[in-house]
Amino acid sequence: MTRIGESPPRPDGLPKVTGGARYGDDFELPGMLYGATVRSSHAHAALEAVRWRPERAPEGAVCVTAADLPGPNGVLLIDDAWPILAAEETCHVGEAVALVAAASRLDARRAVAAVEVEYRELPAVVDLDAADRHEPFCRYGLERGDVDAAFADASLSVVEGTYRTGHQEHIYIECQAMTAWFQEDGALRVIGSMQCPYYVHKSLVHAFGLAPERVRVEASAVGGGFGGKEDFPSMVAIHAALLARASGRPVRIAYDRHEDIVGTTKRHPARVRHRTAFTDEGRLRAMEIEVVIDGGAYPTLSSVVLSRAVLHAAGPYRCPNVRVRGRAVRTHTATNGAFRGFGAPQVQFAVERQIDRVARALDLDPLSIRLRNALVPGDHFPTGQVADETTSARACLEKVQEITGFRERWRQLEQARGGRRDGRPARGLGLSLYFHGAGFTGNGERRMRSPVTARLGRDGRLEILTAMVDMGQGVAVVYPQLACEASGLGPDDVTFADPDTGRVPDSGPTVASRTTMVVGQLVSRVAVELAERVVEWWMKSQGTTERPALAGGQLTTADGTARPFREVAAACVAELGELETTLRYEPPETGQPFDEATYQGDAYPTFSWGADVVEVEVDPDSLEVRPQRAVAVCEVGRALHPTLCAGQIEGGTLQAIGWGLLEEMKLEGGRYLNDRMATYIIPTIKDSPRIQVHLLERPFAGGPFGAKGVGELPMDGGAPAVVAAVENATGLGLSEIPATPERLMGALTAAGGVFPK
Amino acid sequence: MKIRLTVNGTSRELDAHPMARLLDVLRQELDLTGTKEGCGEGECGACTVILDGEPVLSCLVPVLQAGGREVETVEGLAEGEGREFLERFVNTGGVQCGACTPGIVVTARALLARDPEPSREQIREALAGNLCRCTGYEGILRAFRAGGPG
Repeated sequence: MTRIGESPPRPDGLPKVTGGARYGDDFELPGMLYGATVRSSHAHAALEAVRWRPERAPEGAVCVTAADLPGPNGVLLIDDAWPILAAEETCHVGEAVALVAAASRLDARRAVAAVEVEYRELPAVVDLDAADRHEPFCRYGLERGDVDAAFADASLSVVEGTYRTGHQEHIYIECQAMTAWFQEDGALRVIGSMQCPYYVHKSLVHAFGLAPERVRVEASAVGGGFGGKEDFPSMVAIHAALLARASGRPVRIAYDRHEDIVGTTKRHPARVRHRTAFTDEGRLRAMEIEVVIDGGAYPTLSSVVLSRAVLHAAGPYRCPNVRVRGRAVRTHTATNGAFRGFGAPQVQFAVERQIDRVARALDLDPLSIRLRNALVPGDHFPTGQVADETTSARACLEKVQEITGFRERWRQLEQARGGRRDGRPARGLGLSLYFHGAGFTGNGERRMRSPVTARLGRDGRLEILTAMVDMGQGVAVVYPQLACEASGLGPDDVTFADPDTGRVPDSGPTVASRTTMVVGQLVSRVAVELAERVVEWWMKSQGTTERPALAGGQLTTADGTARPFREVAAACVAELGELETTLRYEPPETGQPFDEATYQGDAYPTFSWGADVVEVEVDPDSLEVRPQRAVAVCEVGRALHPTLCAGQIEGGTLQAIGWGLLEEMKLEGGRYLNDRMATYIIPTIKDSPRIQVHLLERPFAGGPFGAKGVGELPMDGGAPAVVAAVENATGLGLSEIPATPERLMGALTAAGGVFPK
Repeated sequence: MKIRLTVNGTSRELDAHPMARLLDVLRQELDLTGTKEGCGEGECGACTVILDGEPVLSCLVPVLQAGGREVETVEGLAEGEGREFLERFVNTGGVQCGACTPGIVVTARALLARDPEPSREQIREALAGNLCRCTGYEGILRAFRAGGPG
């Protein structure tokens, strides 16, 4: 059975473990060429000339430059300011300047060398602080209460802090890969690795000036996304299609890892400044927060990332007076884009470190200060949104304390720390509390009104048609679960359609923890509606007014006779033809509308909640941090498929710990110094702690069977918890991640060479 | 040059450049695309295959070196008694996106052939060269534990 709350096997599981699943670079087309990209070697330069020298290239190779574009030179996302190919100037190292295609991968690389590019260097702005002296891409902010009056209150204490987080590279194990060709009738086809088929579709329609129905985009199996296949695949798809147009052949572009790191988007680096006023009992009275994120060379999604950052900046805390000012600045580095968490992990690292700093000022332990200030139902977020009944910050804290005995052990380790020099590893515990707004920010869902279609085929099976991509999270098993549970169909009665814009409606992008909560809800409803049409047809055909029960795929009448739904449905389709139902998302009319000018109102339909405790050992000589155990308590509304749900949290927790401890893009003059997997380090199994997930369930009325979004939530908690654990172990309180041995050595040296008390 | 090797129990003769990567020969000449390229420099383990019983990184092996030897890829694991482990691997959440999965199940096969009941530490040691970005490794470790190793 595939009931909600059970964990049936995912349909893509066996093909994946036996090597049969076909990813972006796993199939050949007749006559296919291989594309390659000529990339800028300068952070900022005028392009004096881009010359194709075919005589130096392998026979039959083709080249495309900005001069050959059939339409506007922009990848359409929110706007089209992101050049398809650099034209007058190049604004980051690795920016695409020209494209080539040839008969083999090797020949394509040779053809790259046949493109001459003349640069004239221009001044480059390559770091966030320098960029912050220039006009930003955008600004957002919000204000609640009277912040200035609170800071003027002499009875309150004030703590300040500045926190920094760096780039994070997605390192999906499958690099970007896309294949494009033009059919004989001139229609454009694209297949590849992507999260958002209709984003790619929209950008192709824009770039080639084709009618929407003349462009068809299909997602292959996707070897990891994490946001890295939200925005960038549009670029790769346009590139492949340009080469297909120039050559008249199918063209595959598959990045190698080096190219993928150099050329594609990353998590926005951030600098967050906090000023916090609080009472002697540790109650927050005012927070003034400045958030600056580094958007890289082009605006792409930075405005929406900043928006989410501003809305999460004050953390899951109750505070009557809050001011947040945010801006996204421009540097001459690769465009930063979507990455799991989407601006929230950066600001929650900062606010968690700041809360720990407030606690230390009062000699409070990290649990007590959080319990004292955590939002409870009925409290207000800084936007004025009322925390709903499922607000679970306290429950997460209490549960993680119960599992780990955090408070007592943290206190013990604090007291044991001072001056010990016996060469043994220093142990420490860290706590974080976090939340994540599920679904699109503000009025996004209201604007999109995503459709979902269910179709009943001749075999009597119900097919769910959405644009949602299974990039590992398991939508291909969860949607049939939802459809069965809601309608009473059996597991063999429901199939999940591969995302193909030629068949599925635009149910929006696979992002923002919206797949289950928002689109999944429609999947349930549309299945019920279609099943109902079959039941009604059957009653009419039998001339009865007595409703049969529909459960487990069987229609059962009052006399106990059971008929397989599929047989009845097949008979229904044989008479009426194929049936189809489409429903659109209608956001609940409860709550306050979100005002995009003032940032007041309901920013998200609801929030998911979490608390992490991470335990580490720190080598006293090398200052290497070895996480031993991570306990994540997460409140997700309802866990529809507990194995996959826990899997999201296990994986996200490790990705967050990796970001907090190991992962660092080192730049010099806008050039990445560690642009390979040998030098950009993500956690191996040996670097990983035991990860223990505990799910709390408080069903949310706006999600299917109570489910809230899950995918991004765990990305918010790991980094602040692991850095707090390092502080508990060593007394070294970092305000910047990753907590590499080098950075800890700097802090230790500044502390006079001994672990502070 | 002509190279003869055994792939998943079948003898194959091919014409390849002796320094061609075994990875490319498997994927392009033999259409065994289950073996993945994640980094091309021996860091991620996605391209792991079994060469005469030992897991190797096929992106670092010139096909010449595989001449006259036995190669086992992920496609070969589905046959026989290893199937139970693969099904368990799916059920415990060992698979999410699946891009690292072939390398991991191939490495696991080599480990389990040596030691049918490895400890958590032995599993971690054996898989230290296989990066996974989705699972946090817990679902992978559970596949070994649940119901005893296969």
